[in-house]
Order: sequence, then C-alpha cells, then structure tokens
Amino acid sequence: MLTIEIDGKAVELPNGSTVMDGANKLGVYVPHFCYHKKLSIAANCRMCLVQVEKAPKPLPACATPATDGMKVWTQSEQARKAQQGVMEFLLINHPLDCPICDQGGECQLQDLAVGYGNSSSRYGEAKRVVFHKEMGPLISAEEMTRCIQCTRCVRFGQEIAGVMELGMIGRGEHSEIVTFVGRTVDSELSGNMIDVCPVGALTSKPFRYSARTWELSRRKSVAPHDSLGSNLVVQVKGERVMRVLPLENEALNECWLSDRDRFSYEALNSDERLDEPMIKRVGADGTPQWQPVDWQTALEFVAGGLKDVVARHGGESLGVLASPTATTEELALVAKLARALGSDNVDFRLRQSDFRGDGQGEGIAWLGMPVAELSSLDRVLVVGSFLRKDQPLLAQRLRTAARKGLAVDVINPVDDDWLMPIAHKAIVQPSAMPSLLAEVLAAVLAAAGKSLPAALSGVTPSDTARAIGASLAGGEKKAILLGNLAEQHPDASQLFALAQALADATGATLGCLTEAANSLGAEIAGARPQAGGLNAQKMLADPRRAYVVLHAEPEFDCANPLAARAALEKADLVVVMSPFRHAEPYADVLLPVAPFTETAGTYINCEGRAQRFNGVVRPHKATRPGWKVLRVLGTLLGLPGFDFETIDDVRAWAVPPQDTITAKLNNRTRVAVAAPVRSANGVERVADVPIYFSDAIVRRAPSLQRTADARPPRARMHPTLLERLGIAEGAQVKVKQGRGEAVLAAVVDAGVPPGVVRVAAAHPSTCHLEGMTGTVTVERA
Amino acid sequence: MSAVPDKITLSADALARIDREIAKYPAGQQQSAVMSALAIAQDEHGWLSTPVMDAVAEKLAMPAVAVYEVATFYTMYNLAPVGRYKLTVCTNLPCALSGGAHAAEHLGKTLGIGFNETTADGRFTLKEGECMGACGDAPVLLVNNKRMCSFMSDAKLDELVAELRASGDAKAG
Ligand code: SF4
Ligand code: FES
Ligand code: FES
Repeated sequence: MLTIEIDGKAVELPNGSTVMDGANKLGVYVPHFCYHKKLSIAANCRMCLVQVEKAPKPLPACATPATDGMKVWTQSEQARKAQQGVMEFLLINHPLDCPICDQGGECQLQDLAVGYGNSSSRYGEAKRVVFHKEMGPLISAEEMTRCIQCTRCVRFGQEIAGVMELGMIGRGEHSEIVTFVGRTVDSELSGNMIDVCPVGALTSKPFRYSARTWELSRRKSVAPHDSLGSNLVVQVKGERVMRVLPLENEALNECWLSDRDRFSYEALNSDERLDEPMIKRVGADGTPQWQPVDWQTALEFVAGGLKDVVARHGGESLGVLASPTATTEELALVAKLARALGSDNVDFRLRQSDFRGDGQGEGIAWLGMPVAELSSLDRVLVVGSFLRKDQPLLAQRLRTAARKGLAVDVINPVDDDWLMPIAHKAIVQPSAMPSLLAEVLAAVLAAAGKSLPAALSGVTPSDTARAIGASLAGGEKKAILLGNLAEQHPDASQLFALAQALADATGATLGCLTEAANSLGAEIAGARPQAGGLNAQKMLADPRRAYVVLHAEPEFDCANPLAARAALEKADLVVVMSPFRHAEPYADVLLPVAPFTETAGTYINCEGRAQRFNGVVRPHKATRPGWKVLRVLGTLLGLPGFDFETIDDVRAWAVPPQDTITAKLNNRTRVAVAAPVRSANGVERVADVPIYFSDAIVRRAPSLQRTADARPPRARMHPTLLERLGIAEGAQVKVKQGRGEAVLAAVVDAGVPPGVVRVAAAHPSTCHLEGMTGTVTVERA
Repeated sequence: MSAVPDKITLSADALARIDREIAKYPAGQQQSAVMSALAIAQDEHGWLSTPVMDAVAEKLAMPAVAVYEVATFYTMYNLAPVGRYKLTVCTNLPCALSGGAHAAEHLGKTLGIGFNETTADGRFTLKEGECMGACGDAPVLLVNNKRMCSFMSDAKLDELVAELRASGDAKAG
C-alpha cells in the first residue's frame, strides 16, 4: 500500500495504482476521455493532465503511477491551464454541431467543453472532415468528424469483445477510426462501443434522432434474454420504450450489455404486437375467422373451454407449455391453475430432450457460484455450449479472466471461435460427448491412482482427454460448466452425472449456465411436473386435448417443433398468451399479455439472484399483465386461492425470500454414471439456437434481424462429409430428420466434426426438422 | 487501376522471407514482424491492396484492421498503385520552414501533379512524407523509399527529375 495526497486529501492505494485510481477513490473528478475503468490505459487524449509535486510539467493522471508521498493538484493554476489547453486543441477539429448531434446533452466533450473550454475559438483555419463509415445495422458512424481519437472503441473490441473490428488508421491529423475496408462490426457486444464513445461519433442506429436524452425517463429493469439477468435502464418517452442501456452492476453485467439485451426493445414497438384478445370463430363461409373481443368475453370463452375439456376428458387432458422468459409470478400462477384443474402437465423445459434426471436432483440446478466468481477462476471446463451467443457476457467474463491466466478447456460438438485463448479442446459429435467426458474422468482418476467406477471399466482416455484432465487437476479455483447444449443433449442426465463425478474427482465446482432468463424462477414456481405429470416432450408426443401456451412459440421453442405443431393443431382448445400476434394456425384464443417492460415481475438468474422489476410503460392497447390475466382466469374458473389483489400479493406467495431460494440451489444429482454408449451411425445433427432467434421478442427486433448473426441457417458440414456426399459448397441440400425436412445451402465448416451437420434451430427454415439432435440424412436437393 | 482479385496468396518466396522476419522475435510475437512483412508483400505486389493486407494478416494471425493501421501509419507503404518513381518530400514543420514546402511545390509544378498523384506516363508519383530524421539537410526527399536526397534546391530537383526521366528502363528500387 502507498499513500498519496490529491488536492490536500490523503488516500491509500495498492501498489501499482495510478493517480486516476486515487482520484476515483477520493471522488475527485479529473476530466478525461480516453480513460475507461474497464479498458487498458491509452493516455492519448491528455485531458486528465494534473500538477504533480516536483514534476516540471503537468502529467496525465490516468497513466501516472502513484508513488508514496506524491502530492497532486487537479485544480491548481498549472493543472487548469493544461486542461484548458488540451480542450482548446480537442475543439480545433471538432465540429460545432451539437444542436444536430444525437449525443447532445449526454456528451462528455460537450460537458467538459462547458467546464474547460472557451466560449469562442481562436482557431480560424479550416477544420478537417472525416468521411462517414458503414458499420452495420446497429452502430451509426455517420459523423466521424466528431471523433476525438480516444480509441476507446478500438480497445473495447480488442479487450472486451475479443475481436478487433475497429482500428485507427493514418496518423496525426489524418487519423480515422475505420473497420477493415468495408467490413461491418459483427460482435454480439458491439453496442457497448456506442456507450464508450465519449462523443457523438458512434451512435445507436435504431435510436438516432428519435429523442433527446432530457426527454427520456429512466426506469430500471432486468434483461429477459439470457440467464445472466443484466440490469437495464429502460429509457421511455411517453408510453414508448425508446432505448435500453446498461445499469451498472459489477456483480452481473458490469457496465456492459449484449446487443440482444440492448436492441431487442424494438420488437416491443413493432406492429406484430397483439392489440386485443381474439377468438377464432368459424365464419359464414366455413373458414376460421379471427374476431377481436373484449377481455370478459375472451376469458369466459377460455374458462368455459377449459372446464369443458376437463369435464369431458379429465384434468390430465390439459397441458401447459410455458417459456422460461415468463416471470416467476406468471409461471407460478399458470402452474397453480393447471394443478387446480387436475393437471400436473406443466413444463418450461421446452428444448430439453432427456428427462431421466427428473426427480434425481437434490435441488435446483444453478451456476454453482456467484457470477462474479467466474472472474477469479484458474481452470474451467465448458461442456456443450454456444457460450458467446448463448450468454455473451458470461463469455466476456471468461475471456477477461483468460487474459489473466484462466485456462479454458472445452468439450463441444462444434469448434466455434470464442475469441479467447482455449487451452485444450475436444470437438466431437454429440453422441460421443458422454464418452469423452468419461475419458477425462478416467484420466483424472488414473492420475490420482484411484479406481474407475465399474460402469466405466472399458474407458481408455485419449491424449486430449488426458490433457483436459491434467488441466483440471491443477489450479486452485476451478469449475465445470454445463452449457445450453449440454442441457438440451439427448444424454443430458449422463453428461450431468459425469460432470459431477469429474467435479468430485478434481475438486472443481459444478455449474449450469442455465438456458433462459428465468429458468431458475420457473423451478421456484414449480412450473414442471411435480407429481407424475407429463413433461414438455411427453405432452407433445402424447397429445393433449387442450393447451395453454405462455409466452412461448412452440413451433420454434420446442425440441421437436414439428411434433409441437402437430399436437397443437390437433387439440380441441389452444389458449395462447403472448405479447405478439402469432400461432394463428393452431390457436383458438389469443390473449395479449405484457412483455417484461409492461408488467411487474421477478426473474431469477443463473446464480439464483431474484431480481424484481416493475413495468416501465403502460401495456400496449388492451394488453394486460400475465399475472392479472391468470388471476382472473382462476377466479372465473371458481378455483380456490386466486384472490390476489396486487403483484405484491402474488409475489409474497410465489417468490420466496432470497435465502430460501439460495438454500434450494443444489447441483447434486443421484443419476449414476453409466457406461457411455456411442450410438448413432449416420450423420448427426447439432443445432444451435441462433442468438437473435432465441425467444419471441428478439425474433421480432428488426435491427437485430439485419445483423450477420441473424442470417438464415445453412447446413454446415466438414469438408470430408461434403465430399463423401458429393455435394459442392453452396449447393442446396435437403436435410431430413424424422418426418420433417429442410432445404438449405451447404457450407464447408472445418469446425464441425466429420460425421456432423450443423443446422440451427428456432428458425422458420428449419422448424420442420424433428429434434435438435439425433440422426439426419443429407442429400442433394 | 487494374482489378484486384478477392483473395491473394503471397508467393512461397515472400512467405519464406516473412518467416525469416518472424524468427527474429520470440515465439508468439509474430505480429512484431508486421512492418517487414508488409514491406515484403509490397515489394512483391507493388502496392498494398486489401487482399494483400488480408494475406499478411492471415500469415501473422492478427486482425486485418490492425495490419491496416500499420500500413496507413507509414508513408512508405503504398495503399494505391504508384508510378515507377515515388518521390516523397518531407513537409513536416522543420523542413517546411527550411524550403521543404517550396521543394514539394516546385516538384509538383515540374511534374504537373499534386500530392498522391501519378504522372500520365506512369513514371512519377509525388508524396508528402513525415520527418525523416534529417531536418538539418532540408529539403529532403526519398526516391522509392530507399534513396535519400538532401539539400534539394530547385536546381538539384530539376537535375534529379531529368536523371530519372532519362533512366529509361532502369529497375525501380
Ligand atoms: S469513435 Fe468515439 S470511441 Fe472511437 S476513437 Fe472516436 S471518439 Fe473515441
Ligand atoms: S484520460 Fe488520461 S490521457 Fe486521456
Ligand atoms: S522535418 Fe523533414 S526531415 Fe525532419
């Protein structure tokens, strides 16, 4: 530790700190542009010049190491003069266009110019002009003349996003920020560059020119798209969400936001919103017609319909398919409703295909540690994950930790670039993942001189398995993380059991990244079978007479979308509760329920943190919060225990206190490790859920839909497979799975194992395939 | 300007020379060889087109935009095709005050071109350079990056132009 004095106030700092750190600690504001607490020091703007005792010239606070006994003045004559001088230089080339600049009112340069600039300029010569750049659908770089070359955006790409998509070319007065000749910025974290840019050079394309910052109310919320539960500031004008920005929370999203969480709000204002309840009636000509009705009529219709089905076919003839993006309150109410009607057929695990672990767990599967602890791991093994696209900011945490020495190992069926150093990786077809994990376990046990469980007696570790085992055996803080793909895997319960055995053998913590924003909330809400009811898969394989669909789009969200479609089309009554108008082919009633911005609710993230939020705008047209709809429905049906008055009443019943939730988190499973079977001959499918098709909201967010990540899926195959099939790159192929097929363009992808075709799920072009994994046939179309 | 293909592969000889440069740095630090790699690529292709920079980026496993940053920082790299003789005059402040600006103007008038332009016969390109560390010899200029000319009075400039005009098919350095 060392002590320095800033403006007469002493502050103690750890060795290696800078003067800026000291100022931050004291709450002394030093003007700055290029300095950003999460980025490396560039010291190129010189705005932070301060006076330091015995230094002949002012020094940049951000880059000057603090030394014991150092005396610093940030407001002295020398410091102020230096700061004013720098400001004058910065303004030489900066256009005086604040009135038409989208950053106006929230611009660091504007603010600092007021504090440190002159009211008029001494510079009378020509100013430079920098040409605008095209960076894609999210970031606007239309006014690059405003850039002050702080390079924050460049450093963000290199250090946080992990990919250098922007660079600064030229030198001196000719420097400009560019992408490499005509490329777009495609990172899933790109929107943060807009936030770090201190001026109006990089601005939000969807938001530009739609509002001024001072017209917006700022309301807190929680992101609904991944299990991190990033904290949001939703900015609202009137009753419209205009923009979403990160709310800093060091324990979760730090000061960042994924593009999915940032730009998905556009869907909330889209014309695909469902305006009012609708009932399908058979018209005079015999064709079904959608008729808008009032809530009373709609709910009476639903109550009557449900009563009727239950009376005629029994409670078990009802099934509930709920999305894990619904709030805990909604999920608890819908589960209660089903059970009160005599049905335990409730599930939110729509993409899961292996349910053999049910009833074997000792608690609710979770990350196994607080999110922030990911940053201090020494070793991590990630099994079955599209990490960058499924949990972009968890990937960012691991990436940042990897730069500080975390060794990342991966067992996956695809070799996606995670933009971080990977120590060891095993890329194998899905059906071989359990045996690979078994090999790692065998390697670890053998190295420790312990004997293998009998079930694994035949397993001999490959070199890669040994390397991963050795890596996990070392290190102090370590974890094994199961990703979304591991959760959706047809052998998910075995992957879990093996990962647990490996965690036990190595002293690592077992964690689940968990699929959705409220997967844990759904568990707390009891939104899965508790007393022998049918799970999501069985409810579709063995079709029900009536379904209630909450926030889900089964035709995209289910493991077997084709079966889902068929079951729903056959049912007598399908009640769809959604903010959007969809499901017309199979629904009988559409009830407009509020998305996360229009209702109060609670999400429980992967670390088990319950985060409450309130609606930030009034519900769209006749839309009602889902909890109110379910409450009224319960009452109409004459069911007991639905007499909640307010969201607080529902919450008090549905969401236990934080320590009760925390006490339920437990990754122990009683599933025993079994001998891995390497089944599947023929071509296996691997399906990712593309980042911008993951739920009903993002699917309708227009700007995200224009990004590179939203391109239609193609059939990605290893060159040897393409060759074996005699198919040329780019040719159309027909992929058949079960009774369904999809026609897609073939593309060479050396990151896919030889016997595998990668075809994304959750997209209109692939939603006729049966199952996200399993054997498929590929042939020329 | 002739059409540039989408993708370019550097010759085996160029790649071998780049490997020699890479070997001068510790393992994993191959990016340090970017300046020499660009010079080698430029020698082979005459100028650094996008695909040439891409090829260098791929060879050194670095982001293409980082290669682009380097290529645009130094005036010795040609980001567009140049004439047989590239004349780079230093116009930084010390030179500018000691005749550099005038020298550049004189050359431009003689050749009938401005900065970054090439004469119609494809023989000369005029460029503005950054400090060459020879301020005391101002005005200074470089011929094809490698030949340094000092104290370039108008008379010496005319002499140089005449020499290069006459030098017929002599190989460009
Ligand atoms: S674009 Fe913005 S963030 Fe990037 S260098 Fe310019 S001012 Fe800084
Ligand atoms: S903030 Fe210190 S030099 Fe820019
Ligand atoms: S300024 Fe021209 S050589 Fe230094």
